[in-house]
Parts: sequence; structure tokens; C-alpha cells
Amino acid sequence: MDTLDQIATQREEAEQNGSAPVLTVEDVHKSFGSQNVLNGITLSVKRGETLAVLGRSGTGKSVLLRLVVGLEKPDSGLVRIHGQDIAGLALDQLGEIRKKMGFLFQHAALYDSLTVEQNVAFPLQHHKKEMSRPEKAARVRQLLAEVGMEGHFAKMPSDISGGMQKRVGLARALALEPDILLLDEPTAGLDPISAAEIDDLVLKLQQEHHMASIVVTHDLHSAKTIANRLALLNQGKVVIEGDFEELQKSDIEFVREFLRHS
Amino acid sequence: MSPGVSSAKGLISEFLEWFGDLGIFFWRVVRAAVTPPFEFGELFRQLDEIGSKSLPLVALAGAATGVVLSLEARYSLTRFGAKSLLPAAIVFSIIHETGPIITGLVVSGRAGAGIGAELASMKVTEQIDAIEVSAVNPYRLLAATRILACILMLPLLTLAADFCGLLMGWVTQAMVEPVSLHQFINAGFNGADFNDFLPPTFKTMVFGLIIGLVACFQGMRTQGGAAGVGRAATSSVVLSSLFVILADVVLVKLIIIFFP
Repeated sequence: MDTLDQIATQREEAEQNGSAPVLTVEDVHKSFGSQNVLNGITLSVKRGETLAVLGRSGTGKSVLLRLVVGLEKPDSGLVRIHGQDIAGLALDQLGEIRKKMGFLFQHAALYDSLTVEQNVAFPLQHHKKEMSRPEKAARVRQLLAEVGMEGHFAKMPSDISGGMQKRVGLARALALEPDILLLDEPTAGLDPISAAEIDDLVLKLQQEHHMASIVVTHDLHSAKTIANRLALLNQGKVVIEGDFEELQKSDIEFVREFLRHS
Repeated sequence: MSPGVSSAKGLISEFLEWFGDLGIFFWRVVRAAVTPPFEFGELFRQLDEIGSKSLPLVALAGAATGVVLSLEARYSLTRFGAKSLLPAAIVFSIIHETGPIITGLVVSGRAGAGIGAELASMKVTEQIDAIEVSAVNPYRLLAATRILACILMLPLLTLAADFCGLLMGWVTQAMVEPVSLHQFINAGFNGADFNDFLPPTFKTMVFGLIIGLVACFQGMRTQGGAAGVGRAATSSVVLSSLFVILADVVLVKLIIIFFP
């Protein structure tokens, strides 16, 4: 048991100093019926690093995020969070891992029967029993201030714009102070100004919270702004992985075509 | 193999698959419901949503049934010279069968559709995924609370339906032939005991289980946007009403055997 504790401590230290990845995806395959969506994806993300996963629509980018958070199970391959394979975990065990992860859905997925304030408070109410009500309220106010949503506490999700919903979704994703942040198309469907605001916000939050992040997007400009590394997917495989300059220098036809049309 | 046989095999296999999935869903809900943390806040909200908000409709349906039963029974019993049995016929009919089944069907229409549509809408807008990703068990928060609320509220709503049915049965009779409520109740409950009253009332807990389970299951497995939400609401009502009626057949027989 002592040895296991030591290994866990060493792993935690390695993750903290960035020498070990916080999140790894190893040779993951996933199909839905006869459609192969992911064909052997391997990726890893370290603390403080942001990986942008790019690709055409329908190449399995969102499926990859759903696998990482355990909403889907891989047909084969491993998804490890803090070194632990999440595939075989029961819902409540997976819950313990998920407390360390924040997820922003493509359409924010705010609870439409709750106010903005209640949406952000939702994870706190379920997992921070030790916090008093005023402490939770203060934390919610702080989170909403961080994403620039002060003054909208009592509004319902249907009463705010798409960009605002994403901000609230982001605040909710950060409520439990996660060390992994997963963003599914954070700028999709937004006007260029709102998209740039969301990019700046994500970048600011990244710098402040120093999380490991995966951003799924087909917006190359957004990816360049917020990510340290980019991975381009095509037909369920990673075609290229590296920084933006590496992508620009690539001779791969698909990469060149993708950059040309972006 | 003829196309007819092949399509019948397909239907049977789909039906068995549906039941298998329902069984797995039920097992997950039970496991989530008996392990902490318990979602008391959501349970009380659902008790209000399913109970107090179904009350007016159930009371109205019960009252209308009382009126119809009184008119119909009066006509039939008078024809056979058994008019003196009218209060007993109304009372026994309402507390044994009409009150419970009317309540079951009204709740399956109102709450079943509501639960099915609400959960389906949450499913297609990824709100259920968001709950799961927030490390909250959706089977515990959404399904267990709604099913338990249905189980707990059905007997209480049945009492309300019974009361309104009996009251309106008396009013209808009193309008034709003056009789006091006291006389009506005395004549109606003459010879009745708790076995006439408790098992039929508590059997509605099974109706509650069926309505809650089917509606939550249909809602949480929805696919396909707004059309899927519509399908989930419709199938929740149709299937839960059908299973309530089928369960009633079995429960009536069991009550006759075990509570003669």
C-alpha cells in the first residue's frame, strides 16, 4: 500500500512539474455501427498545455472528447486520466475522476430550468458539502465575474445570447477547480467579436488556472490563439501533431488543403 | 423466409431488446437510489410536480366518474329491482377499481408525458450529459427521484379520486332521490373492511412505478432532436397507460387471491 501511495505521489509530482501527462489517449478505436469514427488515436496533454484538435466535420473530434470524459467507451485502446484507465470504471467511480475535469459543451448545455447562478452553483451544491451557502454564493459570483457575466445572475439560459451561454458554461466547468478542461467547439456559432472574446477568455483562464486542456474546433484562428499544440484529424486518425509552424511547413496534402481553406 | 415472418421476428427481437434495456435501466436506477448521496431536494420538487399539480385533474376525473357511475348504476339496478344496492355499488366500484385505474391513467397522461418530454428535451440538448460530466449520477438525480415521487403520490392521488368520486356519486343520487351523506356512506360501506380499501389503493404504487419507470426510460434514451422529444412524450403515455392496464389485470387477480 505504501508503494502504491509512493507511486501515486511520484506521479502527481511528475504531473505538477509537467514531466508526465495528465491525460493520455492510447491507440483508441471507436465505431458506431458500421461507421469507424476513430481509427487508432494517440494523444497526450500535460499540465499547463492546451492541445487543439482540428479537423473537418464528422472526423470524430467531439467523439474524442466524449471518450476522454467517459461519456463513450472506446472499442479498443486506453484513456488514462492521472494514470488511471477510465474505461472499466462504474458511474460513481468515474464521478470521482470527473470532479477533476471541466467540460464546455458545444451548445453550452445549461440546465434550462435553472438560472445562470444556479447553473454555476450546480457542481458546488453536489460536491462541496463542506462549503456554507454564503461561501458557495461568493464562489459563484467570483466565477461569473471571471467570465464577465456579473449582473446576469438571475437570468434564465433562454434569456441570454449564445456567447453568454458559453461564458456561463465555462464558469460552470471551472466551478470545481478542475485540472483538466475540455472545450467542444467553444467559438462555434458565434459572431467574430464574440468568438474572439471567448478565445481571450479561455486564454486568460488557462494562464490563471494552469490546467491541461483539449479544445476541439475547426476554427484555425481560434486554435492558433489558445493552443500550444495542434493535432489535425482526418478519417479518424491524427494526420499531424505539432505547433502551428510545423503544420504550415508540412508537405502532407490534407494538411495543406486544410490550411488553404481555413 | 416470407417477408411477414421476417418482419414479425424483427418486431419480437425489438420488443425483447426494449425489455432488456428497460431491465438494465431499472437496475441502474435501483442501485443509484439506494446509495448515498440522496437527492431529497429534487425528490420534494418532484412530489410537488407530480402530486399537487396532478391533483386537480385527478379530482375532476374522479368526480366525473362518480357522476357517471351513479347515473349508470341507478339505471341498471332499478331495472333489476336492486336499487337499494346503489350506494354499495358506487362505493365498491370506486374504491375497488374505478378510482385506482382512473388515477393511474390520468397520471400516466399528465405526469408520464411531462417526465418523458422533459427528460427527452434534456437528453437532446446534452443537459443529461452535462449532469453526468459534473460527476452527478443522472439515474439518481433525474430517474430515481421521479419514479419514487410517482410511487409515493399515486396512492394519495387515488384517495383524492375516491373521495371526489364518492362525493359526486352521492350528490348525483341525492339530486334524484333525497338521501343524506351519512345514510349514503353507511349503506355504501356496509360490510366493507380494510381488505376492500387498502390493497386496491396500495396497488397504485405499482402503477406509479410503471409510469415513472417507462417515462424516465423513454425520455433518457431519446435520440433525434425535436421529433425525438415528441416521440418520447407520446411513447411514454402510450406505453405507461398500456402497462398500467395490463398490470391492473394481474393485480386484481392477486388481490382476489391474497385478500379475499
